[in-house]
Amino acid sequence: MTDMSFTPSQSGNRSGKIVLRWALYIMLGVFALFYLMPLFVMVMTSIKSLDEIRTGDLISLPREVTFDAWRTAWSGACTGIQCEGMKPYFWNSVLIAIPAVFISTLVGAMNGYVLAQWRFKGANIFFALMLFGCFIPFQVVLLPMARMLGLMGLAGTISGLIFVHVIYGLGFTTLFFRNYYVSIPSELTKAAKVDGAGFFRIFWSIFLPLSLPIIVVTVIWQFTQIWNDFLFGVSFSQAGTQPVTVALNNIVNSTTGVKAYNVDMAAAIIAALPTLLVYVIAGKYFVRGLTAGSVKG
Amino acid sequence: MTKWLEENMPKLVLAPSFIVVLIFVYGFIAWTGWVSFTRSRLLPKYEIDGIIQYERLFASPRWDTAFSNLFVFGFLFIVIAMVLGLILAILLDQNIRTEGALRTIYLYPMALSMIVTGTAWKWILNPGLGLEATVRGWGFEDFTFNWLVDPDMAIYTVVIAAIWQSSGFVMALFLAGLRSVDQEIIKAAQVDGIPTYRVYTAIIIPAMAPIFLSAFIVLSHLAIKSFDLVIALTGGGPGYATDLPATYMYTMAFSRGDIGQAASSAMVMMAVVFTIVVPYLYSELRIKDD
Repeated sequence: MTDMSFTPSQSGNRSGKIVLRWALYIMLGVFALFYLMPLFVMVMTSIKSLDEIRTGDLISLPREVTFDAWRTAWSGACTGIQCEGMKPYFWNSVLIAIPAVFISTLVGAMNGYVLAQWRFKGANIFFALMLFGCFIPFQVVLLPMARMLGLMGLAGTISGLIFVHVIYGLGFTTLFFRNYYVSIPSELTKAAKVDGAGFFRIFWSIFLPLSLPIIVVTVIWQFTQIWNDFLFGVSFSQAGTQPVTVALNNIVNSTTGVKAYNVDMAAAIIAALPTLLVYVIAGKYFVRGLTAGSVKG
Repeated sequence: MTKWLEENMPKLVLAPSFIVVLIFVYGFIAWTGWVSFTRSRLLPKYEIDGIIQYERLFASPRWDTAFSNLFVFGFLFIVIAMVLGLILAILLDQNIRTEGALRTIYLYPMALSMIVTGTAWKWILNPGLGLEATVRGWGFEDFTFNWLVDPDMAIYTVVIAAIWQSSGFVMALFLAGLRSVDQEIIKAAQVDGIPTYRVYTAIIIPAMAPIFLSAFIVLSHLAIKSFDLVIALTGGGPGYATDLPATYMYTMAFSRGDIGQAASSAMVMMAVVFTIVVPYLYSELRIKDD
């Protein structure tokens, strides 16, 4: 679909074509405004004073730019009774995301390597079982998981959240690596075996060096999932260990004092920045993960 | 010994994941399923007692709202996101010079947390100070847009925010699909003088049927799991007008202390997901084995 434009061949005069091109660009522009508007509103609101918010409108530029709301959102806004802003929760999310992404990616890579290159009887059934696990609504494991975390002494801890994210991330990481390694010819593994290389040696010196693209896709996917998670965060954390999404929701719904919309918006942007940054820097891989996660197999 | 180890290494590597999946996915589903047939309240009980929880569930007006909201929300969300995504993909497929930048703009909401999306739209749709006040400020004094606080309309605000978040993703899927259609057939059709819109409706779109199916599966999955967005945007309110099964389950589990209701509502969600996903996965896996 590269050389098709709106060119009705019967009535294709030049000026008609130009009008159509313009109409096309205007439509695309209007859609772009629709997607950009909320981000624009958030940024504008976050740098206005509350007085100006009450009198002005959503999309007007601020008369006076102030970063007070940002300061409050980062280190002073109240999430219930505590008023420490987003900062501690932002670091909680970092502490949860980094080990959880690392472990689930590593285990997923090993699983994918076995499922793609060391097939044995029953491997397909195992893969199917894992794949179904990707699709379950997490509500169905919420209650037993809460009890299990309690039994393990991990209830309300950062480690508990890491554990949960690793477990329910395994399905996707295994899927990503398996589908990637399937495309690598199995003759490579066989030849290496003949040369006396073992299981780990083959992984380490042949597969790992080939894996950079899929590692990037998996890390981005997992990071986005874990950073943006709310359900596990709100279910399995307690005061002090909440991730950034839970803190944001608490700040927005906190009923103490005057409703500070500018602080809410600054806090929302703070919560969104890491994944937004990943998207801007590595959008190509982000999209690849999305489509790989949806078009199975 | 080392030989045995070497031979069984692949299985040993998979074993921990296998056990984990067995316990934390299938075991937990079984636990929830079991408890949904008991009289559990604040604490789980394990004596099976028939379908009392499901009877309570379907007799509850709140569940009634949540369940029918799922279908209203799911239907509108899926249909509009698919149509919008398809339109965007077709428009972008016309040799647009700024395609890369536009694609980035259309897709970025997908990188945001639903909580962020909900927070942003809650502010935009705020009846006192948001869109309503803005449009009034432009001179339309009688303009009202208070869906967020109107119990009959609030669910549609969830639809709007969800579409904003996910339609760019559908666009990306469809754009990839459009470009995978055989170029030769399209060229042949153009040579024959078939108008562009007919090329789309008769050749390209039918050829993309598998992509439509994928998009449908992903979107319906998103719709059923929608939890964060409702919490951040409406909190399930006004009253419980925008409750979805996911928020109902959460309320029963963690604020009402009604484990039986939480378990049975989770099992119903599971059933809805499975009627959609299982046939799809089954066919996908079968194709691969051939």
